[in-house]
Amino acid sequence: MKTESRLEKVLASGNLAVTSECGPPRGSVPEKVKEKAEMLRGVVDGINVTDNQTAVVRMSSLSACILIAQMGLDPILQMVTRDRNRLAMQSDILGAYAHGIHTMLCLSGDHPQFGDHPMAANVYDLDSIQLIQTVRTMRDEGKFQGGDDILNPPKMFIGAAANPFADPFELRVARLAKKAKAGVDFIQTQCIYNLDKFETWMSGVRDRGLHEQVSILAGITPMKSAGMAKYMKNRVPGMDVPDEVVKRLSGVPKEKQAEEGIKMAVEDMQRLKEMEGVRGFHIMAIEWEQKVPEIVERAGLLPRPEA
Amino acid sequence: MITAERKPLEEILTLIEPCDRILLVGCNECVTVCAAGGRKEVALLSSALQMARMKEGRTLDVTELTLERQCDPEYVEELVTSIDRGDAVLSMACGCGVQEVARRFKEKPVFPAVNTKFMGASERQGVWAERCQGCGDCLLGLTGGICPIARCSKRLLNGPCGGSSSGKCEINPDVDCAWQLIWDRLKALGLESRYEDIAPPKDWRTSRDGGPRRIIREDLAS
Repeated sequence: MKTESRLEKVLASGNLAVTSECGPPRGSVPEKVKEKAEMLRGVVDGINVTDNQTAVVRMSSLSACILIAQMGLDPILQMVTRDRNRLAMQSDILGAYAHGIHTMLCLSGDHPQFGDHPMAANVYDLDSIQLIQTVRTMRDEGKFQGGDDILNPPKMFIGAAANPFADPFELRVARLAKKAKAGVDFIQTQCIYNLDKFETWMSGVRDRGLHEQVSILAGITPMKSAGMAKYMKNRVPGMDVPDEVVKRLSGVPKEKQAEEGIKMAVEDMQRLKEMEGVRGFHIMAIEWEQKVPEIVERAGLLPRPEA
Repeated sequence: MITAERKPLEEILTLIEPCDRILLVGCNECVTVCAAGGRKEVALLSSALQMARMKEGRTLDVTELTLERQCDPEYVEELVTSIDRGDAVLSMACGCGVQEVARRFKEKPVFPAVNTKFMGASERQGVWAERCQGCGDCLLGLTGGICPIARCSKRLLNGPCGGSSSGKCEINPDVDCAWQLIWDRLKALGLESRYEDIAPPKDWRTSRDGGPRRIIREDLAS
């Protein structure tokens, strides 16, 4: 074991892992964090805590992670390179580890243009791959990116994202290979709706043996409505929503669309479970956290293994 | 070249509000090429300002001048004979020119008439696009001659990010994804294998992060 991360233990035991996420509130409201995290107790192996997601200011990921760790749950510290330079990020990693946080997700983050401070400077001192390298060097060599030794180096289980549906498609396996080379341990993918395209990507991943170097968790976001499916299809960059998905949701009455969305997510998970190289799921039920236990249960992934 | 765009007339009028006489100074270099502050634009701005003033029932005495290079002390010196013909200098050069005039004539207010934009190239008639941010440590040899610092919205050195879609950037479908361009070019050059070399964190000290920069050429310095 490289770390004390519960996610690492579950993956090492050969079980399918389950993670989900919790977006911190837009204010100093610890109760909101606890409320969302409590819904996920016993249901997942790690709770991603987003870092100013969509470039909108929220309670910091690190502080929300600490609140969650204090509840005896397992937060996954998301860190985007957009807002802080390498000094700030490394000091937060030290602080996170000091608070018993053992799992991280390294991201570049959405461009500030999408958020509530489009005028903000974007830092990007490091990119996501360089952040992975940095966290690995901190853990395995006990050194800061600048080269100095660390007192009690933080041992983080290192995650990153992958979007098999972004362009150019032919680079998507190669970029995963770069993340693997940089030292990533696990990957959470973009929400998967186009399973055929995902399978094509996975087969490219397997051809290079990358599925044996990194644990790939398939991204799942249940659709709440046909409207949401249309929005994701047309408005969200890097999202691949096939027409059949929109059609199937539009085909049921409005009040039954949410249930249909859950059903579709569970069906996708059943199919993905059979796909070689899929080591678990990352369920992003945006502002719909209360549905995660049901999805995990219906996908046959309860109870979660002891770790 | 350094590109610029003229400021809105209202803003310029506000800047020169206290002045009855101005020295309007263009530059014959970059801002002439990008049609922002050359001789022609000096003449146009001069008439626009005088007309606007007339509407207010005031007059404005404008002396028009266009220097060969406003960022070069040798040419700025030419202003000595006319500097007293204005209560202020209104410069149509890039920020370098404005500052050179301010440095030479310490007691004369200098106002910018343009917004300096970026170092870029002309894409076609009337269209200029950013190409270089002057990071001081050129990577173009590794990236197929396309700069990820100037042309990727996140300046990722190991792109593309997940927002690349059909060759375009997530911030705007009119913006090319620099990493798609880099990849296409690496392929054209048969250098695909280079893509998976991880670009290490950049040393930004050679860029503006290291403080204001200078070049000292001992062989030329006087």
